[in-house]
Amino acid sequence: MSVVTPRQRVLEEHRQPHQIPDEEKHSTNRKERVIEFIIKLCGVSAIFIIALIFLFLLREGLPALTQVAISDFADARWYPIEGKYGFTPLLFGTLLVTAGAVIIAVPLGLVTAIYLGEIAPTWLRDILKPLIEILAGIPSIVLGFLGWLVLAPLIQKAGAPTGLTALTGSLILGYMALPTIISIAEDALYAVPKEYRDGALAIGATRWQTIWRVVMPAAKTGTVTAIMLGIGRAIGETMAVMMVTGNAANINNFQANIFLQPVRTMTATIAAEMGEVAQGSTHYSVLFAIGIVLFLITFAVNSIAARIVGKQSRSRGSSL
Amino acid sequence: MEPKIVIDSLSYTFADGTRALREINLQIRPNQVFVLFGPARSGKTTLLRLLNRLSDLTEGSQISGTITFNGRNIFAEGTDVITLRRKISMVFAVPTPLPGTIRDNMTYSLRMAGIRDRSVLDDRTVTALQQAALWDEVKDRLDDSAFALSGGQKQRLCLARSLAMQPEVILLDNPTSGLDPLSTAMVEESLVILKQKYTVIIVPHSVQQAARIADSAAFMLNGELVEIGDKDLFINPADQRTEDYVTGRFG
Amino acid sequence: MTAERRNNIATILITLVAAVVVIPIVFVIAFVIIQGMGMISWEFITSAPTNGMREGGIGPALLGTILLTLGTAIVAMPLAIGAAIYLAEYAPNNWVTRQVRLAIVNLAGIPSIVYGLFGLGMFVLFLGTGTSILAGSLTLGLMTLPVVISTAEEAILSVPPEFRTVSLSLGATKWQTIRNHVLPHATPGIITGVILGLSRAAGETAPILFTVAAFYLPELPKSIMDQTMALPYHLYVISTQVPGMPTEIQYATALVLLLVVLLLTTFATIVRTIMRRRREW
Repeated sequence: MSVVTPRQRVLEEHRQPHQIPDEEKHSTNRKERVIEFIIKLCGVSAIFIIALIFLFLLREGLPALTQVAISDFADARWYPIEGKYGFTPLLFGTLLVTAGAVIIAVPLGLVTAIYLGEIAPTWLRDILKPLIEILAGIPSIVLGFLGWLVLAPLIQKAGAPTGLTALTGSLILGYMALPTIISIAEDALYAVPKEYRDGALAIGATRWQTIWRVVMPAAKTGTVTAIMLGIGRAIGETMAVMMVTGNAANINNFQANIFLQPVRTMTATIAAEMGEVAQGSTHYSVLFAIGIVLFLITFAVNSIAARIVGKQSRSRGSSL
Repeated sequence: MEPKIVIDSLSYTFADGTRALREINLQIRPNQVFVLFGPARSGKTTLLRLLNRLSDLTEGSQISGTITFNGRNIFAEGTDVITLRRKISMVFAVPTPLPGTIRDNMTYSLRMAGIRDRSVLDDRTVTALQQAALWDEVKDRLDDSAFALSGGQKQRLCLARSLAMQPEVILLDNPTSGLDPLSTAMVEESLVILKQKYTVIIVPHSVQQAARIADSAAFMLNGELVEIGDKDLFINPADQRTEDYVTGRFG
Repeated sequence: MTAERRNNIATILITLVAAVVVIPIVFVIAFVIIQGMGMISWEFITSAPTNGMREGGIGPALLGTILLTLGTAIVAMPLAIGAAIYLAEYAPNNWVTRQVRLAIVNLAGIPSIVYGLFGLGMFVLFLGTGTSILAGSLTLGLMTLPVVISTAEEAILSVPPEFRTVSLSLGATKWQTIRNHVLPHATPGIITGVILGLSRAAGETAPILFTVAAFYLPELPKSIMDQTMALPYHLYVISTQVPGMPTEIQYATALVLLLVVLLLTTFATIVRTIMRRRREW
């Protein structure tokens, strides 16, 4: 065959395998190991950094425990100038504003996720999703600024004694938590197998019945995660809350309009006061101690959320 | 002749507990086309991937037994896997050019081995493309994207790419699965020539292809090696299961 | 009420709620643009504020934000990309890796004000950088890590696995494979992640409060050991701390900050789209 002959010749000309010099092999090996080491170091750095953060919070914050009696932290008053470091009004402020934000954001977020995942036509989804991403990107200070300049006067006009209230904070915070809740809840809905929906629709269920009785229950854990991370986001928010909640550190009497009073959150307290304290003073340490509490709360919230997500993906993995 | 590869009571279990290979014993002589055939999921590809330790990429699996290549157990502590893969090269079922030009693909293994001499690279590129019967079709467009080639050309490029590093053994995992009859014939034809220089171990596309190209063959079923033989295996199988498969009673 | 009827009502209600969520986003952005546009000029974005910040521009604050964003990139990028490569390519499925992932989730969840405290405690005081661009960049950089790690890891994992297998089968080492056939294709995704992280850093106020931000500092910083003004903090200052502040300047400042952040985000999206189109496979 004429095709074979030239290739036969090629094979005969084939020289001995080109040996890779030993030196080259070794340097490749060493380089490889050095790079691998560096990459591993980067990998575990996350653990290292989080430990470092906690360590430095403790370093600066623990002295507070020796300087202020535990019972004093339970005091109802936060007057650092008089040495009153009552923690309850700050915790109350944070919980109140966060609760308000959750009440506003969770239903809105979940329903919007349902709309995006189950109802909206594709072209509209393609417009709305980037829009929600933009909301996630708006700096909190800009939303705080608008809350301060636009929303607060509106709330005052509506009859509240002041515009700077827990409600104002909850509204802004709830809005800021929306993108987190929407995107995670939408992922959860998306993860529900299409067969579930088809099965329900095939036996004559309406779309609403399918969403309510089939899709939502199946997406339950994801939805819970969305809510948890939304809470985590709300607890930690600082600037916007500081600008719109009035920053009054007191527990007012529990009236019907509990949301219409000014409050002060833990984050806002740190932001507002750290600039004015002497380094190493009791007040300084107490502010770091508040940081420790914030760290622990968000750590717990996120770890639980991560565990839920982990369990969910593992059980799904094994069933396939 | 000394066998090139000796497999000794090799078993392999995936992380999920599936036993993919059970007690495989096999000797492969050099300079021949050795065919591993059997129905889907019988363990052929798994065995092939073990031979140059691409199986390392599968996490959590367990290996027992040995594979000896040129007298050395490839699972032994301290084995240089990179050098092993340069000597035992693999061509996959789906033609997978790497992003880049044809020349990039051809010289990749050499450059990674630290060879930078342009004349050596060019030389090997030409030789390997000729061996894979692709040279005439691509000699004027070595610097075009490898993705511009047709399916059959891509697969021959992958073969040539393996040949460029001058391995001792070539593993071919169903290399003609997506190819038209003409391309298939070209690949099969080049095997006849390649075995003069290399040891070729191939998982064929079909029993017919196996019978056409085999010097030796092994029939696998459910992770076990049922029968080993030469071309005669396709005419006079000793085992009933082999006969059933070869004659098309199952598959 | 029939199921049909209920279905229609539910659909309408759900759509209404979605509208309530989405329409204000457009409104907020349009509002800031309309209110702030009048003030925006080259003069405004380059000149220093004068008369107790009630007049003049935002030059030093804008420059400060640009410097801090660059500093953040320098701190976060190598570490985050290294960590992403580790998680995507090297990390075995074991206890340590699970702890790394948990740590990243938690890093993402730590409030930005706590990062500010940490930056104050570690960089400003313990390492003695003082309030400086260096301290601010380090703080923002660490805060940005988790976002960049997650997006970069996703980008690396989206590179077809065949490339890895083929490259390894051709006798390339693991790092050679990653360098030649994973990272180049993951680059657009990684860049997108970096820019997204930076856009967040550029808009943050709480982490820079005690680490770098100056209340009023018309001179430009001379080195990374200097303090600087920064846009987000400047907006905070002129909206709450300066009596008699003209609202046009406030809105214009908010608009510039919004534009910086949105431009970064848009840029990230464009990079992703263009590079995707260039893909061969």
